[in-house]
Amino acid sequence: MSAGPSLGLVVQMGLKSLWMHKVRSLLAGLGIVIGTAAVISLLTIGAGSRKEALEAIKALGATNLIVASVKPPQDSSDATRRARILKYGLTWEDYERFAAIPTVWRALPIRAFPAEIWYLENKFDGRVVATTPRYAEMNRLHLLSGRFLTDRDEDTFDNVAVLGFDVARELFRYEDPIGKSIKMGNHYYRVVGVMDYRIPSAGIGGSLAREDYNKDVYIPLSTCRARFGAWIIDRRSGQFTAEELELSQVTLSVRDVDDVRPTAAILKTLLEKYHDQPDYQITVPLDLLEDAERTALLWAVFLGVVAGISLLVGGIGIANIMLATVMERTREIGIRRAIGAKQRHIAQQFLVEAVILTAIGGVVGLVLGVVTPELIAFVADALFDYQVRTQILWWSLPMAPAIAVVVGVLSGLYPARRAALMDPIEALRHE
Amino acid sequence: MTVQPSQITERERQPDAGLQTSGEPVVRIVDIHKDYYLGSVVVPALRGVSLEVYPGEFIAIMGASGSGKSTLLNLLGCLDRPTRGQYYLGGRNVANLSDDELSEIRSRYIGFIFQSYNLIPQLTAFENIEVPLYYQGNVSPESKQRVVELARLVGLERWLNHKPTQLSGGQQQRVAIARALINDPYIILADEPTGNLDTSTSYEIMKLLVQLNDMGKTIIMVTHEPDIAAYAKRAVHMRDGKIIKDEPITQRRVTSDGPVPAGAQLTASAGQDAGE
Repeated sequence: MSAGPSLGLVVQMGLKSLWMHKVRSLLAGLGIVIGTAAVISLLTIGAGSRKEALEAIKALGATNLIVASVKPPQDSSDATRRARILKYGLTWEDYERFAAIPTVWRALPIRAFPAEIWYLENKFDGRVVATTPRYAEMNRLHLLSGRFLTDRDEDTFDNVAVLGFDVARELFRYEDPIGKSIKMGNHYYRVVGVMDYRIPSAGIGGSLAREDYNKDVYIPLSTCRARFGAWIIDRRSGQFTAEELELSQVTLSVRDVDDVRPTAAILKTLLEKYHDQPDYQITVPLDLLEDAERTALLWAVFLGVVAGISLLVGGIGIANIMLATVMERTREIGIRRAIGAKQRHIAQQFLVEAVILTAIGGVVGLVLGVVTPELIAFVADALFDYQVRTQILWWSLPMAPAIAVVVGVLSGLYPARRAALMDPIEALRHE
Repeated sequence: MTVQPSQITERERQPDAGLQTSGEPVVRIVDIHKDYYLGSVVVPALRGVSLEVYPGEFIAIMGASGSGKSTLLNLLGCLDRPTRGQYYLGGRNVANLSDDELSEIRSRYIGFIFQSYNLIPQLTAFENIEVPLYYQGNVSPESKQRVVELARLVGLERWLNHKPTQLSGGQQQRVAIARALINDPYIILADEPTGNLDTSTSYEIMKLLVQLNDMGKTIIMVTHEPDIAAYAKRAVHMRDGKIIKDEPITQRRVTSDGPVPAGAQLTASAGQDAGE
């Protein structure tokens, strides 16, 4: 029969009603603001850390397998014989055996140990990584200046060193390190290259702990064997520990991703056979990658549920407020019915109010949700020196307020229905 | 001074109105019963009420509380349906219409005036007068003009942008009267329109109602105050859900004002009687 009020008019009337109860509307909308902001913030931070974890694992290389030495748990007999030097870890024999596995394409042995690095009076507490020329390539490290280790260095047992970014910066503040001599242990090494800055990420040891390549000094493995031997004596900070360790890590490459798992199985068998204690650890980045992806998925679901709950709570808040509003405005409903409003006009009015509330809340929440992760990252960096990675998922930006509006409709339905079904006479009599 | 019924009733309605009122009573109820149910107990509120109201009448329905006068007014206002009986509004039986259809009838043919004014608090006086048009989807520059004209008629043109809380009781009731007029209804139903007002304001409001009646509006008013009823032309007395007395008022109170102000047009939007 008649068209009823235009949508613009209904929205206008809704805004007036909401404006009349400013504080109530604000509090009701706050739930949606926080819910929407939570959805976007959690997704942003979740996606950021996921990306970081995946990058870290990819940096290890999906076709790589990493076997690392780990200090075995000390048993009681060891404790009584303190003078003994702890001998553990991978040996050169292990390395030879690994290299003989048919699927293994490249094997990269590494010895890494902490050391004091001296240039004139400057000291740097870093780490010596004795390795072969392929190390840089396999770990995706890039040179800033000079060159990396070469096969010739390896063959000639040269005392040459390549400095990590931080080492070079700390020891050679205003000088070019290339050609200068640094001292490690009792020997001097000629600096032949400096590595570019590398964001700390997972690496040696195979765990996903941050590995800071920038504090490393690379020397040829043959040189290391000749100069340092298998012993590691650490006298830093007044401690004295002595260990005998031939290799800290062997990184193996296979040609094909499909070869990764069989090779891992062979490695395991080999190591179990020749090591009577668990002084090694096999890390398969491919497994880590898949684990991380699974974890990331789980994490995303968890965050989604948390955010969904906060939106749900926001929706319940809206429903609650709308219900209270309907009760309080019973008389208004009666008046409107008396002067010709149909049930659907009343329902429409309250539904539109709920939607306006959630739509505004959703948009404010959207802005807040984009800003908050950046703020968290900034504060975490400034106060705790902790890097929070953020990655805005663009699809979440329209999605979150859209969900808010859906929540608005759902939470407004019941109160709107209650309002519409009121008996006009009863409603008019309501005080 | 009294306008002939035909002058109002022959106005052209909207094409879909479907109601004709020429010469006929605008309201005709026949043997209306209304029962309320309190649990399993049936409480009869109206027990066979019949009434005819002709265009241009001004009827006061009187009775003690519990006499059924409010129930009758609710039925006349299409806010409720009778348990039994017929109700013809402008010739159409509206006793058994659906909720939506009753809303439509209220929207187009009935104007309400309440004891407690019943304005919508968050809207201005202007918007309150305009609200019935919202539900017809009928807001236009012409209708806005009509709001202003009605505000002038009830003496409120300077208060149009005020909210109800900023208006006195008398002013709020004037807004309510203008709102009741906006759709140019068949009947105006007034439920104790002066119940919340002091004597002098009551007089002002009754003067306005008498003036509207003089302009041809049909008014049905519920009151329990004989003083107020005395402004009407006909008194219907009720007791226990029945009409016990229905008589013209012989000693009608007159308002001091003379004729209707020149140029006041109740039906500016309908626009037919201006030429007659």
